[in-house]
Amino acid sequence: MNDVDNMMTPHRQSVLRWQRWQDFFFEKTTMVFALTTLVALTGIIVSLFISSWPVLHTFGFEFFYTIEWDIVNSKFGGLIAIFGTVATATIAILIALPLSFGIAVFLTETCPMALRRPLGTAIELLAAVPSIIYGMFGLFIFAPLFAEYVQPALAGTFGQVPGLSILFTGAFNGIGILAAGLILAMMILPFIASVMRDVFEIVPPILKESAYGIGCTTWEVVTKIVLPYTKTGVVGGVMLGLGRALGETMAVTFVIGNAHKLSPSLFSPGNSIASTLANEFGEAEPGLHYAALFSLGLALFLITLIVLSLAKWMLIRAEAKKGMKS
Amino acid sequence: MLKIKTWIVAIGLSAVAVSSMAAEMTGAGASFPYPVYVKWAEAYKAKTGHSLNYQSIGSSGGIKQIKAKTVDFGATDAPLTGEELEKDGMVQFPAVIGGVVAVVNIDGIKPGQIRLTGEVLADLFSGAIAKWNDKRVTDLNPGVALPDAAITVVHRADGSGTTAVFTSYLTKVNANWKSTVGEGAAVKWPAASSVGGKGNEGVSANVTRIKNSIGYVEYAYAKKNNMAHVNLRNLAGQYVAPDDETFAAASASTDWSKVPGMGIYLTNAPGAKSWPITGASFILMYKQPTNKENAAEVIKFFDYAFKEGKKMATDLEYVPMPDATTDYIRKNVWNNVSVK
Amino acid sequence: MTGFSNMDPAIYARRKRANFIGLVLSMSAMIIGLAFLLWILAILMIKGFSALSFSMFTQSTPAPGSEGGGLANAIVGSLMIVLSCTLFSTPIGVLAGVYLSEYGDRSRFAAITRFVNDIMLSAPSIVIGLFVYSLVVVSTKHFSGWAGAVALSLIAIPVIVRTTENMLKLVPISLREATFALGAPKWKVSITVVLRAAKSGVMTGLLLALARVSGETAPLLFTALNNQFFSADMNKPIANLPVVIFQFAMSPYENWVDLAWGGALLITLTVLALNIVARVAFREKVSA
Repeated sequence: MNDVDNMMTPHRQSVLRWQRWQDFFFEKTTMVFALTTLVALTGIIVSLFISSWPVLHTFGFEFFYTIEWDIVNSKFGGLIAIFGTVATATIAILIALPLSFGIAVFLTETCPMALRRPLGTAIELLAAVPSIIYGMFGLFIFAPLFAEYVQPALAGTFGQVPGLSILFTGAFNGIGILAAGLILAMMILPFIASVMRDVFEIVPPILKESAYGIGCTTWEVVTKIVLPYTKTGVVGGVMLGLGRALGETMAVTFVIGNAHKLSPSLFSPGNSIASTLANEFGEAEPGLHYAALFSLGLALFLITLIVLSLAKWMLIRAEAKKGMKS
Repeated sequence: MLKIKTWIVAIGLSAVAVSSMAAEMTGAGASFPYPVYVKWAEAYKAKTGHSLNYQSIGSSGGIKQIKAKTVDFGATDAPLTGEELEKDGMVQFPAVIGGVVAVVNIDGIKPGQIRLTGEVLADLFSGAIAKWNDKRVTDLNPGVALPDAAITVVHRADGSGTTAVFTSYLTKVNANWKSTVGEGAAVKWPAASSVGGKGNEGVSANVTRIKNSIGYVEYAYAKKNNMAHVNLRNLAGQYVAPDDETFAAASASTDWSKVPGMGIYLTNAPGAKSWPITGASFILMYKQPTNKENAAEVIKFFDYAFKEGKKMATDLEYVPMPDATTDYIRKNVWNNVSVK
Repeated sequence: MTGFSNMDPAIYARRKRANFIGLVLSMSAMIIGLAFLLWILAILMIKGFSALSFSMFTQSTPAPGSEGGGLANAIVGSLMIVLSCTLFSTPIGVLAGVYLSEYGDRSRFAAITRFVNDIMLSAPSIVIGLFVYSLVVVSTKHFSGWAGAVALSLIAIPVIVRTTENMLKLVPISLREATFALGAPKWKVSITVVLRAAKSGVMTGLLLALARVSGETAPLLFTALNNQFFSADMNKPIANLPVVIFQFAMSPYENWVDLAWGGALLITLTVLALNIVARVAFREKVSA
């Protein structure tokens, strides 16, 4: 017992005190660094709000649903840009969702084992390709082909149906809301596909094997076992893709047409929030134009914030469920 | 850890070493004169070693950046009024003259093959005329095969002095345009199928890519890219083709000292040989610039351009400012910029 | 055995057919998706390679209408901006990741930080560009490479934080306990033992963040702007590949468009290379 008391010499005590102080310092320093993202997020929201205040003050909440963009007379309304953002993102999701689902099913169920790794990696690498590439592809390759073959075909078939014809009117110039939506779909496709594949792979094999054991076909296993099990994860992944599509600038600016117009036709050029900012921010003088652009930025940020928070919440729930079931 | 330190030192040293004695001036604004400013800048750098970094972001962008004092000079084809200049403490002078042309992309149509009047041109851009084989267009162009196709209007997506010059012309020649659309650096384009492009570059690129489209660009862009421009009927009733001679004819009788700030629109000018959509491009600088050395360099640059850059300008189909005007600028405008 | 005679052949056939159709559709989805993506890459390769040449790396961006030219100033500018971004974001991101992993097990604050971090991961990059414009460019009264680096850092930091935290959490707790048992203070445990053990994983995270940031255009549009001359001065507008590509691609000049494709190919190859290196390094770590 005496040995233990003798171990705590004054020298050792001072070393311990110094170490405790070091630890305190270290914890607080790293905590400050961890604060950066919080500070950045708050800073962004605050600065967006402050800079858009003149417009919010002048037009009020109406700004967000007014169709107007008159720079000369300083009358602004955000609906054109918001509609463009939401419409292109919706088209992108509608097209990318079934395709990514098909890809994920293929990769997890029917793909030969030898090909699974390389194809999966290929999809993940494609998700990393910078978006400006998609924009250039859209403008140079896709738009002319779209104008030459697809647009006339669509106008000739769906455009003849009485209810749908309004969606396909306009000149065939290869750019516009539909074109931008398609390019966006290509861009988010690998992203959603790899998230879905990751989520499908989490399914405990025993569940699938039990289903096979009672005679289910592969398709039945996918639709009745895997999909319900991974439901929240899949929705979370889709919303992540949606968040990306909403905020995308380059892939859209090249092909959306940059026209401040709101038209029911899918062939008509339009504007998204990101493309409006990219085109006009460089020249908006401090005043209502500048504030209107910041209001659009605020709207975009809030929309993505909501979508991403929902996605995150769902993915957290999906992970929790994974813990429970196994 | 050591590696990172070496990196920091290497970058620091290289940054210091490269930021040498040569001055670097920044200017931003109109895409209208961009080709000639950059040509002048190349020659100036070869001669003196000082570089002028000019960013083509549109006239409105140029006005904004000079007001925010993030550049040494702003460039705009839509001039500021005398009162605005007084309020902000700036001076303004024209640097070069050029012409805006309408360009089309129709199969088989060559440059100058189509001719239009100002009134029909405005109706084409407003969407009042929706197809190329409309009677009003074919009447003016007998013998030219025009397709039965919808017209796509290409305009500027950014705030543009080229738009200001173009719409100032359309307002003068079409009462309907004047009352419904008006003029300015950015207007509400009424045509159903209208597409925006960024800068003169974007409009040229869009017109080249989209079939059966019509747009408006500064002539240097049309010529360089072999685009089919449209000949117009001027105020004197003559059909003229765009080139530096018709631009010079339009600006010949201008009295630059008449308006404070020299901000004059040259559209729809009288004269048998005048090109109806001619415009000057202006430079904005502060009377009390924040960076006096750069301001002095900018003035030296434009002095060089006025003296030695004439041929470079005409090669690109711009019209250099006449000597009488440049003397006026030296005596009455540059002396107001304090560079000491 | 008796069950089989009760099987209704019609229902069975229907199920088999549904299965066949479903799987064929999914395979076609794979083929369509892959076909489009390979098409894009093929176009990029073809058009980009024809622009690749020695002069692309040695000459600066050409004036509109001038022949030839290259991307030297844009490449150098991009390298400098991305390097500066790495210098800023690495210490901040890694240390933040250390905090979340070592001190953030049960605290509410850490949970909120993680949540916010993941949101910032997917935040629209153009909004971040706006924010940095009003913060840095307006107050310093000029565009600069530094502003561009700050904007890119705000995008890279969330990536680094997340990967660092995940990698550190993978380090077995027994390693930490052993170091504590030797009497080390917590900071020594975290830095000299845990961080070192997760070193390759953290490097992977850095590479992925680099790859992500190299391709970003929107945040540089209003911060670093552009410069048609060769300049290595980060205090002024500086040329960079993404903005140059944006400007050149939308232009009508052929040599500009060619250079845009060349630059796009360069960026894509860099991004893919970084991703592949990150993967290979990570795989080694897991198997070792």
